[in-house]
Amino acid sequence: MEKVLERKMSRRMNMRLLVNSVAKYIFLLATLFGLVVLSVLIYRVFSEGFGWLNFDFITGKLSTQPERAGIMGAILGTFWLMLVVAPVTMFLGVGTAIYLELYAKKGRLQGFIQTNISNLAGVPSIVYGILGLTVFARAMNFGNIVLAGGLTMSLLILPIVIVASQEAIRAVPNPLSEASYGMGATKWQTIKEIILPVALPGILTGAILSLSRAIGETAPLVVIGIPALLIPFPGGILDKFTVLPMQIYYWTLDSSLTAEYANLAAATIIVLLVALLLLNTTAIIIRNKFQQKH
Amino acid sequence: MTLMSEHKEAIQLRLMDNANWRKPVYETNGLNLWYGATHALKNIDLSINEKEVTAIIGPSGCGKSTYLKTLNRMVEMVPDVSISGHVTFKGKNILGKAMPVEMLRSKVGMVFQKPNPFPKSIYENVAFGPKIHGIRTKAMIDNIVEDSLRKAALWDEVKDRLHKSAYGLSGGQQQRLCIARCLAIDPEVILMDEPTSALDPVSTHKVEELINTIKNDVTIAIVTHNMQQAARISDRTAFFLNGEIIECDQTSTIFNNPTDHLTNDYINGRFG
Repeated sequence: MEKVLERKMSRRMNMRLLVNSVAKYIFLLATLFGLVVLSVLIYRVFSEGFGWLNFDFITGKLSTQPERAGIMGAILGTFWLMLVVAPVTMFLGVGTAIYLELYAKKGRLQGFIQTNISNLAGVPSIVYGILGLTVFARAMNFGNIVLAGGLTMSLLILPIVIVASQEAIRAVPNPLSEASYGMGATKWQTIKEIILPVALPGILTGAILSLSRAIGETAPLVVIGIPALLIPFPGGILDKFTVLPMQIYYWTLDSSLTAEYANLAAATIIVLLVALLLLNTTAIIIRNKFQQKH
Repeated sequence: MTLMSEHKEAIQLRLMDNANWRKPVYETNGLNLWYGATHALKNIDLSINEKEVTAIIGPSGCGKSTYLKTLNRMVEMVPDVSISGHVTFKGKNILGKAMPVEMLRSKVGMVFQKPNPFPKSIYENVAFGPKIHGIRTKAMIDNIVEDSLRKAALWDEVKDRLHKSAYGLSGGQQQRLCIARCLAIDPEVILMDEPTSALDPVSTHKVEELINTIKNDVTIAIVTHNMQQAARISDRTAFFLNGEIIECDQTSTIFNNPTDHLTNDYINGRFG
């Protein structure tokens, strides 16, 4: 009788151990799936595009002949776009976060605004494009210039910047602001001297990560009507422009006509990936520096 | 009008000097405070006298910290707080809108339970107060920083690393830095909320010594859990229980010959 139980137990034990290792491999497979797809993508992009990547390609103008085409126009377009997006989102996003966290009375209205901001972060980007088209491009008559695109992009990433900044502000230890208020500092002095300096790394990390989203975003700009083929370089925020992901999009479409356009698209993807990688690295460096300090 | 009241004040002062009274800096009359529906302070009448150390003792939750935070109105940062009664600072009502909290707090410093230096250099910590109150001259700030650190008996320990982070200091040093930070705004009163409860005995001793030296220049109200500490450093002691003042008298009277049996039980460790 006892022996039977023992055998049953040992069989059960084997079964449990088996299920345990099966579970482990299922999760490993799930992880590998993403990794494999990503490496296939990177391999294809590099094998198609790396040969086309050279100084002339990066600094050159657009051309109808693939071998002579360059992406400086799109790089400058992205640059000018960021020059609008970064200050606008930093000011509006951090301002909103400061108001909601430090000034607004905790109540129904504040809760309502908070819920809406969180929901706005999930609104599809094309909807922001339509908003930008209606408000900036048409009602304010900007047309498809950098300023209109930049303001639209700012709206798109604003909820992310607000939420990240709020979290950074909330993470500032209470005793610090109490000490400041206790010395007779006004709210603004406390914010300026104590809360913002401590929260800044967190705010910057959030802002940079959301900027890298704006760099890769295409849909809102398609709606605003960014030109498909633009030869002259944009010289400022009032010029017509195109950006790197738009260039990739159009060249991928054109690749059905001439295969070389696929190589151009791949080479542009490499440039875009490097830009994103640099931004994200900056965010990580800022975050690490912050963690060492405390 | 102001001349009149100043004149009156002067007369009052002289009368008090004659009677050899300490002039009260804070006077509290019929103070009641609620956190939501919880009645945290009940009909408090208490004076805090100039250049004395007033100790506030009592078990946890008796309202002693709440009372202390009423004196610089930090208690109003708690949501849902309501206050009635009178608290005057040097004869002026502080609970109304007449006196901005910033003005009150520029004369009343506070030291907290846990050392809370800013994540800045030692120098910048002490310079914070003078700077926010509008002092811009570097030489002047340098003077204030050195002077405050000397008063806080910290100068010799930190003079070689003024521009290093305050977080590099030990807990006891950090708390003395917080006291120096308070002294830098030349306050008339310093409120201390269990300033040594997070410190080891040696650091506690240093802070107590410090309180003994600065009390010649500044009025101190200190909340403490440590009865020996209250007996060692204070001139007067107020005993709080369940939001009420049970007894307030000379410290020696409270500890040797209390009127109320509750005070006697508490200081002898029978509850709390």
